[in-house]
Amino acid sequence: MRYRLGVDVGGTFTDLLLFDTSTGNFWRHKTPSTPHDSSEGILNGVNAITADAGIDPSEIEFFLHGTTVATNAVLEGKGARVGLITTEGYRDIMQIARSFVPGGLAAWIVWPKPKPLAALEDTLTVAGRMDADGNEVRPIDEAQARGVMEQLKAQGVEAVTVSLINAYVNGAHEKRIGEIAAEVFGDIPISLSHEVLPEMQEYERTLTTVANAAVRPVVGNYISNLRDKLKDAGVTGKLSLLRSDGGLMSSQKAEEHPVNILMSGPAGGVTGAMWVAKNAGHKNILTLDVGGTSTDVALIENLEPRRVRSTDVGHLSVRASSLDVKTVGAGGGSIAHVPELTGALRVGPESAGAVPGPVAYGKGGQVPTVTDANVVLGYLPEDLLGGSFQLDREGATKAVQTIADALGVGLMEAARGIIDIVNENMFGALRMISVQQGYDPRHFALMGFGGAGPLHVNAVAKLMGSWPAISPVSPGVLCALGDATTRMRTETARSFSRLATQTDVSELVALLNEMAAQTRAELEADGIPPDSITSEFEVDVRYAGQAFEVPLTIDQTALQEKGIDGILARFNEEHRRLFTFNMDTPHEIVNLRAVAMGEALELETTELEKGDGDPSAAKIRDHTLWMDGEERAAIIYDRAKLRQGDMIDGPAIITEMDSTTLIENDCSAVIDAAGNILINPKSNSGTGS
Amino acid sequence: MPAQIVETNALSFNKLDLDPVTLDIIENALRNARIEMDATLVRTAMSPGIREQGDAFPLIADPAGKMIVGQFGSFIGGFLKSFDGTIEDGDMIFLSDPYSCEGAISHSNDWLVMLPVFKDGRLIAYTAMFGHQSDIGGMVPGSMPIEATSIFQEGVRIPPVKIWKKGEYNEDLMKLVMHQTRKPDWCQADLNALIASCRVAANRVVEIAGRFGDDVYYSATQELLARNHRAMKALIGQAIPTNKASFEDYICDDGKGFGPYKIKCTMWRDGEKVILDFDGTDPQSIASINFYLNENMFKMFFGIYMIMVFDPQILFNDGFYDLIEVRIPEGSLLKPKFPAALSGRTHALGRIFDILGGLLGQGTPEFLNAAGFSSSPHMFYSGWDNRKGREGDWFQLFQIGFGGIPGRPLGDGPDGHSLWPGFTNVPNEFLERYFPLRIERYETEPDSGGAGLHRGGNGIHMTYRFLADGAVAIHDDRWFVPPWGVNGGHPGKRATKVLERLDGTTEIVGNKVEDVEVKEGEQLHFITWGGGGWGDPLERDPELVALEVRQGLVTIEGAREYGVVIKADHTADTSATDALRTEILSTRGELELFDYGPGIEALRKACEEETGLPAPIQPVWKDRYIAEAAE
Repeated sequence: MRYRLGVDVGGTFTDLLLFDTSTGNFWRHKTPSTPHDSSEGILNGVNAITADAGIDPSEIEFFLHGTTVATNAVLEGKGARVGLITTEGYRDIMQIARSFVPGGLAAWIVWPKPKPLAALEDTLTVAGRMDADGNEVRPIDEAQARGVMEQLKAQGVEAVTVSLINAYVNGAHEKRIGEIAAEVFGDIPISLSHEVLPEMQEYERTLTTVANAAVRPVVGNYISNLRDKLKDAGVTGKLSLLRSDGGLMSSQKAEEHPVNILMSGPAGGVTGAMWVAKNAGHKNILTLDVGGTSTDVALIENLEPRRVRSTDVGHLSVRASSLDVKTVGAGGGSIAHVPELTGALRVGPESAGAVPGPVAYGKGGQVPTVTDANVVLGYLPEDLLGGSFQLDREGATKAVQTIADALGVGLMEAARGIIDIVNENMFGALRMISVQQGYDPRHFALMGFGGAGPLHVNAVAKLMGSWPAISPVSPGVLCALGDATTRMRTETARSFSRLATQTDVSELVALLNEMAAQTRAELEADGIPPDSITSEFEVDVRYAGQAFEVPLTIDQTALQEKGIDGILARFNEEHRRLFTFNMDTPHEIVNLRAVAMGEALELETTELEKGDGDPSAAKIRDHTLWMDGEERAAIIYDRAKLRQGDMIDGPAIITEMDSTTLIENDCSAVIDAAGNILINPKSNSGTGS
Repeated sequence: MPAQIVETNALSFNKLDLDPVTLDIIENALRNARIEMDATLVRTAMSPGIREQGDAFPLIADPAGKMIVGQFGSFIGGFLKSFDGTIEDGDMIFLSDPYSCEGAISHSNDWLVMLPVFKDGRLIAYTAMFGHQSDIGGMVPGSMPIEATSIFQEGVRIPPVKIWKKGEYNEDLMKLVMHQTRKPDWCQADLNALIASCRVAANRVVEIAGRFGDDVYYSATQELLARNHRAMKALIGQAIPTNKASFEDYICDDGKGFGPYKIKCTMWRDGEKVILDFDGTDPQSIASINFYLNENMFKMFFGIYMIMVFDPQILFNDGFYDLIEVRIPEGSLLKPKFPAALSGRTHALGRIFDILGGLLGQGTPEFLNAAGFSSSPHMFYSGWDNRKGREGDWFQLFQIGFGGIPGRPLGDGPDGHSLWPGFTNVPNEFLERYFPLRIERYETEPDSGGAGLHRGGNGIHMTYRFLADGAVAIHDDRWFVPPWGVNGGHPGKRATKVLERLDGTTEIVGNKVEDVEVKEGEQLHFITWGGGGWGDPLERDPELVALEVRQGLVTIEGAREYGVVIKADHTADTSATDALRTEILSTRGELELFDYGPGIEALRKACEEETGLPAPIQPVWKDRYIAEAAE
């Protein structure tokens, strides 16, 4: 019982990574995903990887899983039919959706308004009212509540949510309506907003509660199906899911609060990057996860990823903590085009997706994509996936030529233009999470992963000044690595909304203690040994009147020693870093959060065999590619044969089963002890960070 | 005398030939810088008007003052022409007086910050942003007095001054300004936010120029302008005919009992140039509804509408300005003479967009949108708080309301949404926590959206219950002249405001009123208008109409406007619907392109009965500029 298995199910592939916690050895496996029933692909993978490692499936102690099942339920509108009860006078809360129309002036002309997650015909109201201090203004009308439940039942809703005005200060009315719902419906999932998210702002709280209810049955079915299948296969270990905030939660908890796993997929990459960074001795990392249709970027400072208090899925922004991952519509499948009126070169956000895909994949794609440009330039050698997959270079060339003709430039210039623009879009996203948050990207290394991350990481690092550019070991299964190596986490939040001058430090400490006890109890209930649990606290502070809070991590001792003033000093420092100024305005303590975490995994890492610095044993063949304005000679290497300390001068290409690393002309790479490829400018042989 | 630009480096920029990729990269980087301006502002501002509702507008311009990225177009060229002073490294300009910048900002509530960006001794760009301040002093809380007859009554007027002068902060100036407002805390925070946003963008511009080289950066901005010029030239050639087309619409009243005021615009193409002529627009008002319309701003509105209606792919900047000529008669509602009051300009500003839509779309009905929520109704509530712990605190709320988006070629108009970019409503729980208010209702108003194949969006019915005695002011329009429907769609319903007293009696209050006393416990129903309908309502699917009845968006009575008969169980009665539709078809005449409702005279006759308010009196101008209302 010493094995941890990380499993990440993506749109095309299911990735697995098996860890032996006593030796640090690991095995990886990639198998096609099976969208009609993901568990099939997972089981194929489990059987293959355990056979490879020579172990029995029952030896897997922890089955750790990142999934996009909740995300897809929201994006594809496949959630449950949710009935929503709101306060009398607020039936249209989801229909009005804060009145927001995205885009610039006159964008309303072309904006297709999405349908609310709870249909308006399934949204009904009940009389009764709490005031902003939690006092009852009018009692609820129980007969009416019963009536609307009967109506919702007749309409066939599959889940009930109750979200009343000011329930974040007093949830008594919601509780009572929930009881009535249970009486009328019997066995049906019921979500109350003050339990899901006890925070101010009725729209966000309602949306979060509804989103939770909508994905609950989907996630529930998924998990119970997976649990059954795993059991049949002899996997008896504990099943946990990756939360959007990068922690793990038990599968039971995930079934109750699936809103916390909406961004489970991208979170895996970030936690995987953290694990690699830690072992490679880098504390500050920017991540670049390049997929087929989009790129996710995140910032890790001092081995802690930045978290935000919202999770954005499609057009919806729900209030659940997630890693601060920004997504841009720039990936291998992004389509290049030249609009007639402006003659500008545009790349994305439209994507050829997996089907029909890039022209080079030969699956019927007709329009030029980023992947096609990479093929034309010679950055992607013709054989992918270890030779099992041949690229159509001729087709790619023809497609990119249409762009060259429209721009009036040569084929190679057009191809490199497409790459430059897509890199620039990634650069823009990275700036948003670094420079815009007051971080200097030159103090960070850039790690590229996902199918195409290592292909772009060097060029983007140049733009950012973030060195080294890192192509981690197994860049294609980094998400699964993240699933396997992160730790349990849970949190609770409360609105506080009080001026700092009116806050008593002992009251704050008592509240935080109470919240800490609650979160610890949750982890203990999931079987985490009490003495291995650590607690952290966060306090959101702002200048009274601002809309934006600065989250500050605090510990109890510092709070007791330095008091409220200690928090405020931290706030002032952070506000200045973010926005360049401070004010005399009073401070408001807005929200409190307590986080409880299980033990962090400590593992010996296996060291790659040392070489003599000469990579020639790993050479596959000579190659030519187009870079910096001309055809250049390059060498293609096999990553599996590279040794620790091998030095590779660009331009060069390093291939492996599921990924390709490109080293640019003016850069060189070195293989570190763990097998990561570290790329630096030739003029700067140090690590740069 | 024009502004004197002081540069320590006399070298002029070299115009280079650029490859298209570099150009796109620089454009993209500038767009990101602009997004960053918005984000910085919203995060640090404090007044609900800016922080929750997003009432602020950024831009980045080239050294000549032409906007490269932004929304409302650049005023900087005009400003430089009339600014009698120097522009130097370390300066930051601050202003709020519309008459000092040719109406670039159109009432004194909008504070504008402009930062000339110098790099190595050369002026390389301007960044600027303006935002609506919740109070700048003057006659009434909120500083938008309906009773005003001159701009001197509308709060502090700031001519172009230097908030920073060669790097030195002018603290005395800021003390003087902040002394004029009822909400110095909000004003200071919002101003800080504007400044921080401009600085962020300035840093980005310097970084971009550093990365690509100053000449490349400069050349890119010029080529971006030229590229936009080429695209708009082609678009104008395709979309704008040489024969004249006119369109007119109205502001319902001026808050003093007179109205409606007509705005008329005529458009035609002369060679490659479009002429937009406001001849026929009524003279300026003695009241505060005048809208000092900056010609460049109108060019930008026109450009954006052209792009959104015909080809949303194009990115807009100031490059196309010389393709458009705007003619606005002096002394008219849109170019009032100093010192006309301007604070209530929101109605005419909004109406301009309906006029643009009608003007551009009438030649191509498939692209035509109905009239809609072309304004931003304001609600003010102020007084002394009486809640525990806040007794005696002054409170003051300024809130922007929303309503129905018009029926569109794309589909139905969204219910209760904002036409203004990026605006959101203030969360009602926020209002209840920070103001002595309870929001008893926040729903859409059934049937208020005009019937059509594509229904106009419903307006909003918001009910404020006041928990402290205080005073209320309301600024709204479209209560007299309805928002028109198109292609057979019906007009939307008009706005109304009802005060419910403690004894249960109700009274209709006007849509432009101030100093209305309200007592603890009383309620105000603030109902906004719906969007006009698009296309023949008889072609709308009866099942969809029935669904919307069940959703509460349309009533059973309202369904008859679509020729749909709804049964007691709220499903469509197919045979009765067929009969009703046949009957309507046989009696109604030919469908007009525009349905304006019954016309001004008929509206006047029925006004008292339909709206509960006396009909506005036709203003008569003694001379070209002064309304009869002066008596």
